[in-house]
Amino acid sequence: MADTVQTQSGQDRHGTPPLLSVRHLKKRFGAVQALRDVSLDVHRGEVVALVGDNGAGKSTTIKIISGVEFPDEGEIFFEGSRVTLSTPADSEALGIQTVYQDLALCDNLDIVSNLYLGRELYRTIIPGVIRVMNHAEMEKNAIPVLKRLGINLPPLNTSVASLSGGQRQTVAVARAVLWGSKLVILDEPTAALGVAQTRAVLDLVKRLAESGVGVLVISHNLSDVFEVADRIVVLRLGQTVANYVTSEVSGEKVVAAITGATEEEVVPR
Amino acid sequence: MKVVAADSANPTAEASGRRSLADRLRLRFASGDLGLIPVIIALVVIWIVFELVNSHFLTGRNISNLILQSVEIGLLGIGETFILLLGEIDLSIAAVSGVAAAILVLLSSAGLNPWLAIVASLAAGAVLGVFQGVWVTLVGVPAFIVTLAGSLGYQGFLLAMLGDAGTVPIENSTLLGLATTYVSGVYAWILALLGVLVYLWALMQRRAARLRFELDRVPDLGSIGARVIALAVVSALIVLALNTYRGIPVAGLVLIVLIVIFSFVTQSTRFGRHVYALGGHREAARRAGIRVKHVRIAVFTLAGVFGAAGGIMGASRLGSASPASGGGNLLLDSIAAAVIGGTSLFGGRGSVWNALAGALVIGSVENGMDLLSAPSSTKYLVEGGILLVAVTIDTLTRRRRAKAGR
Repeated sequence: MADTVQTQSGQDRHGTPPLLSVRHLKKRFGAVQALRDVSLDVHRGEVVALVGDNGAGKSTTIKIISGVEFPDEGEIFFEGSRVTLSTPADSEALGIQTVYQDLALCDNLDIVSNLYLGRELYRTIIPGVIRVMNHAEMEKNAIPVLKRLGINLPPLNTSVASLSGGQRQTVAVARAVLWGSKLVILDEPTAALGVAQTRAVLDLVKRLAESGVGVLVISHNLSDVFEVADRIVVLRLGQTVANYVTSEVSGEKVVAAITGATEEEVVPR
Repeated sequence: MKVVAADSANPTAEASGRRSLADRLRLRFASGDLGLIPVIIALVVIWIVFELVNSHFLTGRNISNLILQSVEIGLLGIGETFILLLGEIDLSIAAVSGVAAAILVLLSSAGLNPWLAIVASLAAGAVLGVFQGVWVTLVGVPAFIVTLAGSLGYQGFLLAMLGDAGTVPIENSTLLGLATTYVSGVYAWILALLGVLVYLWALMQRRAARLRFELDRVPDLGSIGARVIALAVVSALIVLALNTYRGIPVAGLVLIVLIVIFSFVTQSTRFGRHVYALGGHREAARRAGIRVKHVRIAVFTLAGVFGAAGGIMGASRLGSASPASGGGNLLLDSIAAAVIGGTSLFGGRGSVWNALAGALVIGSVENGMDLLSAPSSTKYLVEGGILLVAVTIDTLTRRRRAKAGR
């Protein structure tokens, strides 16, 4: 049921196929049925919040979208065509970047090195033999991207270890954006941040969407969700149970969907 | 340590630009990134103390000896540095050097061309390194255990190879020449000049790159000049001292050249960057698409090759290989060299230059105590103390960094 609501709301508003469309995902880990039936859409320039209680299947869902886990059943469409995401590299190749909760930054390296980790730029000294990392070019190319997103960071040769939580989050997001990604998945981007830092990260998420990127955010913090999300998808016990347009829903209703209170109303006793 | 560090770096202060030196040092101290400063201070202090106690310490002859003694530790230290950068440890590197020494000596006394014997010996080190790397990476046994087991096993190899013969002397003059050849007089000066010019060129290249891409923080010519002059002065003093004896030992040059090459590898190649990334956050490296297993196996292989290189230099200096090759405190000396130099046991921090500095510290202490004919008991106590202090500093730095970091 949630599924039909979603598809309609998506296509009514945009008229184009969604950037990402996930249909009826199922995933079992041993005895645990992590996902029973998860479906959701993300459009270009849209922030979708994925909410739900612990164990609702949020993490498994994003792991499947980012290619870390493979679903038992279900389909994933990206830019209208069906895709198979068996490794993280498959997802990255499509332009899906995931910023994990633990940020996956190397503390011992500086900001530029982290932005370009695994994708360093080179100058060839002797073809086929010696390639030298081009530090200066990496730094040069990073600057306009950071500027476009209004990102303010210390000098780019600063070690990541000396950054604040918000700055680290910013680096992680900037890293995702730098690679021309079309869809950025953020796992609890504000979980460990103070008020001002949360503010900065939420602003960044909004600007990211304004620049045309689709954003899928997992969050426990409903006030953050209401602040940035265009739509809210609620998971409960591995199922998509609701799909709201943020401006048309109240906090109570979302909480009810998360805890299952709405369902109990519907199910006759 | 803090106060000393701040004082020592003052000379470069005026040259290095806008932010005051004290500020920059405080910043670096807070982030636990003092680089080579503490170990260079330690080295200077050690030299002054030994020179005061025994005026033979700072003679050309003794410095030359000291360098030769440090080369083996330094080569093993480079290998150990790579392993430590990953956040692993290699307890077999000294045993590998013993096996390599035995292979070198046996092949050479069987009449093989000395250069082929060297290649075979290095290849043996690589094979042992690959074996350990595969075991650690693919099978998943902790490096600590794999290399401890390896260390015991390789000592077995060594005994099996040399069992009947005991100590096998090197007769080949090329192999003996590795540790007994010197570059002296004018040639020594030319080499020193070349070194300084290469350094100047490297600094100017970096500056040119930043200018070309219109970046800020362009290194100013003043600080480049100060660095180059500092290197020139130090090189001149060393050459001056060494030329009063036989000149620059070729073994020392080999060590320096390897350090320059591998410093370049760690700082400017993808492989080097990935080694640091793995040591910093292995999961982040994996998610960034770095081929973690390849890098780890490559690093263990490299450590094996450096172990072998150290073994070759050690055999050449002693003129033989024996069942004791690679034994004694060589293993702890090489780990100590890396750690004393400032490479972290916790992975991701350090540089191959640290191995040189650390090797010189260990070499100087051993050499100085030999000059004073200190008993083995004292030597062990002092070296144990130095290792403990170095690791303690590393641990405290890490803790302070964690505090400053978040």
